Amino acid sequence: MFEPKIICFICNWCTYAGADLAGTSRMEYVPNGINLRVMCSSRIDPQHILHAFKQGADGVLMGGCHPGDCHYVEGNYKTLRRVILFKRMLEDLGIDKDRLRLEWISAAEGKKFVKVMNEFAEKIRALGPMNLDRLTLTKEDVSHE
Amino acid sequence: MNGNGKKKRIGVFVCHCGVNIASVVDVERVAKELASYPGVVFSTDYVYMCSDPGQKLILDTIKEQQLDAAIISACSPTLHEKTFQNVAKLAGISPYQIEIANIREQDSWVHSDKERATEKAIRIVKSMVEKVLQNESLEPIKVGINRRALVIGAGISGLQAALDIADHGYEVLLVERNPSIGGHMIQLSETFPTLDCSQCIMTPKMVEVSRHPNIRIMTYCEVESVSGFVGNFKVNIKKKPRYVNETLCNLCGECEKVCPQVVQDEFNMGLSFRKAIYMPFPQAIPATYTLDIDNCLGLLPIRCGKCKDVCDVNAIDYDQQEEIIEEEVGAVVVATGYDLYTMDHLGEYGGEKYEDVVNGLEFERILSASGPTGGVVRRPSDGKVPKNIVFIQCCGSRDPENHNPYCSKICCMYTAKHAMLYKHRVPDGNATVFYIDIRTGGKAFEEFYQRAIDEEEVLYIRGKVSKIIKEGDKLIVWGSDTLTGKKIEMEADMVVLAMSMVKTEGVEDLLKKLKIAVDANGWLAEAHPKLRPVESLNAGFYLAGCAHGPKDIPETVSQASAAAAKVGDLFAQEELIHEPTIVPVNEDLCSGCGICIPVCPYNARSLDLEKKVVKVNEVLCEGCGACAAACPSGAAQQRNLTDDQIFSMVKAMLKG
Repeated sequence: MFEPKIICFICNWCTYAGADLAGTSRMEYVPNGINLRVMCSSRIDPQHILHAFKQGADGVLMGGCHPGDCHYVEGNYKTLRRVILFKRMLEDLGIDKDRLRLEWISAAEGKKFVKVMNEFAEKIRALGPMNLDRLTLTKEDVSHE
Repeated sequence: MNGNGKKKRIGVFVCHCGVNIASVVDVERVAKELASYPGVVFSTDYVYMCSDPGQKLILDTIKEQQLDAAIISACSPTLHEKTFQNVAKLAGISPYQIEIANIREQDSWVHSDKERATEKAIRIVKSMVEKVLQNESLEPIKVGINRRALVIGAGISGLQAALDIADHGYEVLLVERNPSIGGHMIQLSETFPTLDCSQCIMTPKMVEVSRHPNIRIMTYCEVESVSGFVGNFKVNIKKKPRYVNETLCNLCGECEKVCPQVVQDEFNMGLSFRKAIYMPFPQAIPATYTLDIDNCLGLLPIRCGKCKDVCDVNAIDYDQQEEIIEEEVGAVVVATGYDLYTMDHLGEYGGEKYEDVVNGLEFERILSASGPTGGVVRRPSDGKVPKNIVFIQCCGSRDPENHNPYCSKICCMYTAKHAMLYKHRVPDGNATVFYIDIRTGGKAFEEFYQRAIDEEEVLYIRGKVSKIIKEGDKLIVWGSDTLTGKKIEMEADMVVLAMSMVKTEGVEDLLKKLKIAVDANGWLAEAHPKLRPVESLNAGFYLAGCAHGPKDIPETVSQASAAAAKVGDLFAQEELIHEPTIVPVNEDLCSGCGICIPVCPYNARSLDLEKKVVKVNEVLCEGCGACAAACPSGAAQQRNLTDDQIFSMVKAMLKG
């Protein structure tokens, strides 16, 4: 079976703590994702996400604090705007926008972290592996236009 | 690379955590696999890394193997990051060369497939090796502290905060925009639930503040601007001209007698009159007259000049000018208080049309012995003693569709107090209260409310009033009793509206200058609603009193003391330590586009006009990294979490 590789960019204050809570509560979920802790979800630049896809990630999950709860006042709003815009760009690049998911997961939502990870892995499994070669334009593609 | 230009020597320490990690993750395999990873010169596993022998193992290995950095693969960094950073310090390397690979909470505890959990652990550890390879040995940023506090607002919260800070031994500047200190509390008649006279408990406090050697009172002043950062603020304070020399004025009051300009008296909520030159109330501090220039005929002696003519001590000085006073402080307590929602918002109650419909503060003045009626309850229109009085609660509160969504918290109690005091003054009168719910959560509050019903025979009707109309000299109150479902039409001589508490008028301009956050209703936002309730998110700013939300007096005083204690915590430190994992600017790469400047929630970034690059105030930067993501040229890089580090980490997580 295809096991998707998922990179999770998650914020220190909420989602990372939520993932820790899932652990201390011994909840089980799929081991497809690896977490990369940043202080705030707003640290994540679209190029980090593109880099992940380029390096072979099949999906990218971003986790931040709920609106209004950001440790840095408003970082999650910046993240939200960037992600909405970037999803449109992904489509233009030929990458399914569902390969990128943004979730607000608080330090108390270990359960939600588990649910999101399981759902997202399932979603990416359904989308199939990320095939970057497929995205490279060939001469035929260009002449066809 | 380490500091000597040699390749960094990294050690990997994999913890079993008893069976917590080792029963799922093959820790030996992790250690073995990492041993051959580029940069790693030493790799081992041990049963409990956090135990004394575990820590000693790390310490000794760092020394023996001359390690530059170490990865501890164990539990979440929230548990033992500090422990292992201390080990690093003891071993003589920078704590910023320690990274934790979380293979317990985010691996062994959440997966059961041993093979895949082990593989995941290896990837996690590898990614941390990639991170630490590029970590710098940072030094904490240290800054000095100016141990003086600015308190804005001199109501009960500001006074209490100022007194407490001054008692800690620190200097306080107490700024008040009105001519006297005292705030709203000095206007109140008696206070619930003890019914002690507000002025009797407030004036000694005011005197104490005015006599305290550490407190400098600056009345009739407004904060113009605040710059700088925690421990080191520069404040500009605008001193409005009073046109009366405070030290010369001997309060003879001759000026007031001759002044031809009569205006409504704010202290009495417009229920009486004062002159353009006036003292707000007899116990005002500073004890001096103030010339209200907006209502004066004009400063040119040709226009009037009567007050100057009669002043024997030559205290009146028409040449006073607005002054800007520069001060330096280390902390700011914001205690700007509240206002009442104006009655024109509730046109159906006729507060603006009918003189005998008054708000809570107006009724306080009517009840007060120092008020316009000398404490006799008389209605404003004709001075008659009202025999039937109706109180309406929640006027503008708890009404998200039309008015304010929040509960103003004190109205249930002060309405019970109003009704009770009315019955004391007019024993044969009838007091009726319309309410939605009664909220009496406070020490001795419920008992007080029950007393109003049982002993004072105040009639409580659960329901809202829809309209008030005037018929002759009576007010007709239309409402409903939601417990019986009946419509109510009731005659009243006077109606008191418990108007919602709202943010102080004009406070938003001040808060913009302070750059501190407010919530959806304009109340000051605390750093954390439960764990940091008296601090603003912006370091060095503290909140006290109703500026933060509706509160009664005991709660306000507690919060003010708490804010003062927090200021004391700050001032007790020798110097401030700031995390160095901030986002500096690479001046060679910065194009000076300024995109990062508005992205920063802390105003830490600004344009250096000479160099045409962005400069960063290291103390203000909290290291969120939002600017690093926004920078189009890669000039903004977060220390120890640069773009290159993130790229390498992602690569290590995915490759192989």
